[in-house]
Amino acid sequence: MSNVLSLTTFLPILGVLLLLFIPKESKGVLRNVTLAVTVVTFIVSLIMLTGFQTNAEFQFVENVPWIAAGPFIMRYNIGIDGISLWLVILTTFMLPIAVLSTYTAVDEKVKEYMICLLLLETGMLGAFISLDLFLFYIFWEVMLIPMYFMIGIWGGKNKIYAAVKFFIYTMVGSLLMLVALVFLYFKGMEAGITDFGLLQFFNLKLDMATQVWLFLAFAFAFAIKVPMFPLHTWLPDAHTEAPTAGSVILAAVLLKMGTYGYVRFAIPLFPEAAHKFAPMIATLAVIGIIYAALVAMVQEDVKKLVAYSSVAHLGFVMLGVFAFNVEGISGGMLQMINHGISTGALFLIVGFIYERRHTRLITDFGGLSKQMPIFATVFMIVTFSSVGLPGTNGFVGEFLILLGAFESQLRWWTIIATSGVILSAVYMLWVFQRVMFGELDNPKNQKLLDLNAREIVIMIPLLIMIFFMGLYPKPFIDKMDPAIKKLVAQVRVASVNAQVMPASDQMKMPTGHQAMPQAPAANTGSEMPAGNAGSNMPAGHSGMETPAVPTAAPVVNPHEAK
Amino acid sequence: MDMISIPAVNMTPILPEIFLSVLAMALLLINVFRPGGQKSYLALISFFGIVATAVLVGAGWGGHIESFSGSVVLDNFATFFKMTFLVAAGLTVLISDRYMEREGCNQGELYPLILFTVVGMMLMASGTDLMTIFLGLEVMSVSLYVLAGFNRANKKSNEAGLKYFLLGAFSTGFLLYGMALIYGATGTTRLYKIAVIVGQMTLPSANILLVAGMLLMMTGFAFKIAAAPFHMWTPDVYEGAPTPMTAFMSAGPKAAGFAALLRIFLVALPTLQVEWSQVLWVLAVLTMTVGNITALRQDNIKRVLAYSSIAHAGYALVGFAAGNGTGTAGILFYMLSYAFMNIGAFAIIILVAKKGETNGNVMDFAGLGFKRPVLALVMTIFLFSLAGMPPTAGFIGKFYLFSGAIQKGYIWLAVIGVLNSAASVYYYLRVMVYMYMKEPTEDFEWVQVTGPVALALIIAVAGSLIPGIVPSFILQYAQMAVKLI
Repeated sequence: MSNVLSLTTFLPILGVLLLLFIPKESKGVLRNVTLAVTVVTFIVSLIMLTGFQTNAEFQFVENVPWIAAGPFIMRYNIGIDGISLWLVILTTFMLPIAVLSTYTAVDEKVKEYMICLLLLETGMLGAFISLDLFLFYIFWEVMLIPMYFMIGIWGGKNKIYAAVKFFIYTMVGSLLMLVALVFLYFKGMEAGITDFGLLQFFNLKLDMATQVWLFLAFAFAFAIKVPMFPLHTWLPDAHTEAPTAGSVILAAVLLKMGTYGYVRFAIPLFPEAAHKFAPMIATLAVIGIIYAALVAMVQEDVKKLVAYSSVAHLGFVMLGVFAFNVEGISGGMLQMINHGISTGALFLIVGFIYERRHTRLITDFGGLSKQMPIFATVFMIVTFSSVGLPGTNGFVGEFLILLGAFESQLRWWTIIATSGVILSAVYMLWVFQRVMFGELDNPKNQKLLDLNAREIVIMIPLLIMIFFMGLYPKPFIDKMDPAIKKLVAQVRVASVNAQVMPASDQMKMPTGHQAMPQAPAANTGSEMPAGNAGSNMPAGHSGMETPAVPTAAPVVNPHEAK
Repeated sequence: MDMISIPAVNMTPILPEIFLSVLAMALLLINVFRPGGQKSYLALISFFGIVATAVLVGAGWGGHIESFSGSVVLDNFATFFKMTFLVAAGLTVLISDRYMEREGCNQGELYPLILFTVVGMMLMASGTDLMTIFLGLEVMSVSLYVLAGFNRANKKSNEAGLKYFLLGAFSTGFLLYGMALIYGATGTTRLYKIAVIVGQMTLPSANILLVAGMLLMMTGFAFKIAAAPFHMWTPDVYEGAPTPMTAFMSAGPKAAGFAALLRIFLVALPTLQVEWSQVLWVLAVLTMTVGNITALRQDNIKRVLAYSSIAHAGYALVGFAAGNGTGTAGILFYMLSYAFMNIGAFAIIILVAKKGETNGNVMDFAGLGFKRPVLALVMTIFLFSLAGMPPTAGFIGKFYLFSGAIQKGYIWLAVIGVLNSAASVYYYLRVMVYMYMKEPTEDFEWVQVTGPVALALIIAVAGSLIPGIVPSFILQYAQMAVKLI
C-alpha cells in the first residue's frame, strides 16, 4: 500500500521484461499481455484514488536516498497531491485504450511497439509523481525516447522528419531547464537546502532578476511541450505522422507535461516572475487559441485539424492557469483531463476512419452518417465535448477557465479568448458536417463498415467520462481543490511579498515542508498509509511542523464550507 | 653544485607500470618464437594481464606515496585515471583480435604496443614532474603512431600513421618548449615546487616566461586531446587507423591528456587559474562547436565519431574551465564513462563493417534494428549515452561537467554546452534513424559476435548504464581522486 506509487510507475517496466520473453511472431499474445499489464496498472492506480485524502498535502510519499556525490544530493522522492492525482489516473486510464486501438492498426513490429508504449507509460507517470527536481528531469527526458521511436518507426510518410523535430525541439528546451535547475540548486544551497527536493525550494527567496531568468528557462521548456504559440510547430508534424496510439498518448498525456510543469514547478518556484510574465504568457495563449483555431479551420487533413485544435485547447489551459485564482487553475486542471479524453477520443476516431479508408482528407468523405450510424453518434458526442457544449466535460473546464480569467487581471485577454470558443465550434462542427453529412457519393465510402465491438469498447469509457465529468465534475474538483488553493495562496503571498513587505512573513506562507531537510527519514512510507484515514492531514509532514496547520487551515476552510 | 646523490627509491608507485612493461616485453618474445597463425592467445594474455594490473592499481587506492624524489606519485587521482586507461585498453584488446584477422594484419606486436601505450599513459597520470609527464607522453605517442599505421597494406592507415606522427611531433615541440619556459621562469620541473615558486611571485600573470610557457603547454596538450583549433589531424587519423585503435585513441590518450593537463594546471599553476580558465573557456566553446557542427555533415560513421570525440573533449574542457571539485570530478567520471560508451560504439562499427573497412557509412546501418535487434539496442544505448540522455552514464557525466561550470558562475558556458549537446543529438539520432526507421538493404549475415566481442559489449553496456542509474559510488571515487590534487 505504501509503495503504490512506485508500483504503478514501474509495473509497465515489469511488463516490458515480460514481453521480452514472448516471441515476436505471437502478436496476439503480445497485445493481450500488454493490455493486461496496462489494465492492471490502471487498477492499481485506482488504489490511489480511494486512498487519497482530500487535503493539500502530498500523499503516498516515498523518499529514499539515491545519488549523493559532490555538492549534489538527489533522492528518490515521489508523491502525489490533488493536482497530480488526476493526471496519473488519466495516464493509466488512457493507456489500455491506446493499446486496444493498436490491435489492427499496428501489425508490424508489434513487440517493439508495445515495449515503447509501456516505457512511455513509466516515463509519464514518473514525471507526474516526482517531487525531486532531478528525478523529474530524468523522467521528463526518458519519456522522449519511446515517443521518438513510436513516431519514427510506425509513423506516416514524413515520419523521420517529424520524429527528429519532436526530439530536438523538446531536448533544447529541457536542456536549458537543466541549467536553470542546477543554478537553482546552487542558489538553494546558499540558503541551506540540502537536496533536490522540490518542496524546500518553494520557500526559497530569490531576487527578482534571478527569478526572471530561471522562470524563463523553465517556462521555455514547458512552453515547447504544451505547446504554446510560437513554439508549437513540432506538434502538427508529430501528431500527423504518429500512429494512432502515439497521437492519443501525445495529446492525452504528453502535452499535459507542459501545463503540469507550469502548475507544479514554474509558477510555485518563481511566483513573482510568474506574475510578471502572466500578461505575456496570456497573450501568447490567446494568440495560440485564435491562431490555431483559424489554422485548424482550413486544414484538409482531419488529423492535422485535431492537432491544431489541441494547440487551441491548451491555450485555454494556460490562460486558466495564469489567472492565479482557484477557478482558473481548477478549470485549467480540469481542462487538461478533458482535453486528454476528448482529443484522445478524436484521434481514435480519426484512426478508425483511417484504418478503413487509408486517407484522412476531409474531401474524401461525406455522408458517412448514413453508412456508419454508431460511428456518427460517437463522433458527434466527442465533437460536442471538444467544442465545450454544456453537459459535456469540455464545458465545465472552459467555463471555469473563462470565469477565473475574467475575474483576474486577464480580463481583456479573456474577452478575446472567448471568441476562440466560437471558432472551435465553427471548425469542429464544420468538419463534422463535411465528413458525416451530405451525399454519400464516394463509391469507396459506400462499403464502409460501422464500428466493430472492439472499437465500441474502446470508446465507451471515454464517452462515459465525457458525460460524467460534464454532469458531475464535483468529485474531480473536490479532490484537487485543496492543492490548488494552496498553490493560489503560495502565489498570492509571494506576489504580496514582492509588492508590500519583502521577505518578512515566513509564517503566512503555507510552509508545509520546512522541517523536511532535517528529518527526511520521517517522511518516508512508514508514516503515510491510509491508516490515519480519518485525520484531516495525514500526509506525513503534518506531525512535524505545527506552524503550517493554523495558517493553512483558514485558507482552506471557508471554501470548503460552500 | 652538490654531488649527485641517489635518492631513496620506492618502487610501489610504479609497480603496475613495471608489471605491464615486463608483460609487454614477454609478449613480444613469445610472438617472436611463435610466428604466424592465430594471435588470439596474445589477446587473451594481454586481457588477463590488464585485469591483473587493474587489481594491482586498485590495491593502491587511498594511498599517497611519492617516489623518485617527487617525480612520480601514487595517489587516488592517478589510480582513477589508470583504471580508465585499463578499461580502455581491456576493451580494445577484446575487440581487436577479430578485426585484425579480418583485415589481414594480425601481427602479434599489436598487443605489446597497446600495453606500452598504457604504460605511457599511466606515467602521465602519476607523473609530478614535467619531465616524467613528458616521457610518459612520448612512450604513449610513439606506440600510438605505430598503432595508427598498423594496417600496413591499407593506404589510409599509412596516411593516418604518418599524419599522426608528423602532427604529434609538431605538438610535442610546443609542449617541450612550454615546459622549458616554465623551467626558465621557475628553475624547476617539479610540479609542487613550481607551485611554491609561482605562489611567491608578486604578480605571476605578468611573468611573460611563465605565461608563455603555460600557453605553449596548453597548445601541446590541446593537440593531444584534439581540442579545436588543434584538432585538424583527428578526423583523418581516426578514419584511417584500424577501427579498434581509433576506439582506443579516442578514449585512452584523450583521458591521459586530461590527466596530465589537470595535474599540471591544478597542482603547479593554481595561482594562474583566472588566466588559464579564461583560455580554457574559449577553447571549450570552440572545441564543442567545431566538433558538433562538423559532425553533422559526416556520412562515414568513423568520422562522425571522430568529430563527436572532439566535441566530447570540449565538454570535458567545460569542467576544466570551471576548475572546481564538481567540474574536475566530472572530467574523471566522464572520461571513464566515455571509454565504455565510445569503445562500445566502435565495437558495433567493427561488427557491421566488412573487410577493407567497407560498409562504414551511416547509411549502411539501415535496418539493423530489426535484423539484429540486440546489437542495435546495444548501439542505441551507446548513442544515447554519447548524446547525454538519461538514464545513462553520459548524462550524469555531462551533468557534473556543466554543473561545475554553473557553480563557478560560468552560466553562459554551460548554456553553450547544453545547446551543443542538443545539436549533437541530431547526428546520433541519425544513426538510429537508419537503424530503426529505414528499410534494410542487407541481411547482416556476416555480422558474427564472437566471445571476446560479446564480453566487451557486455562490459561496455554495463559501464554506460549502471553509472547512469546508480552513479554515486563512481562519483564519490572521482571526488576523492580530485581532492588530493
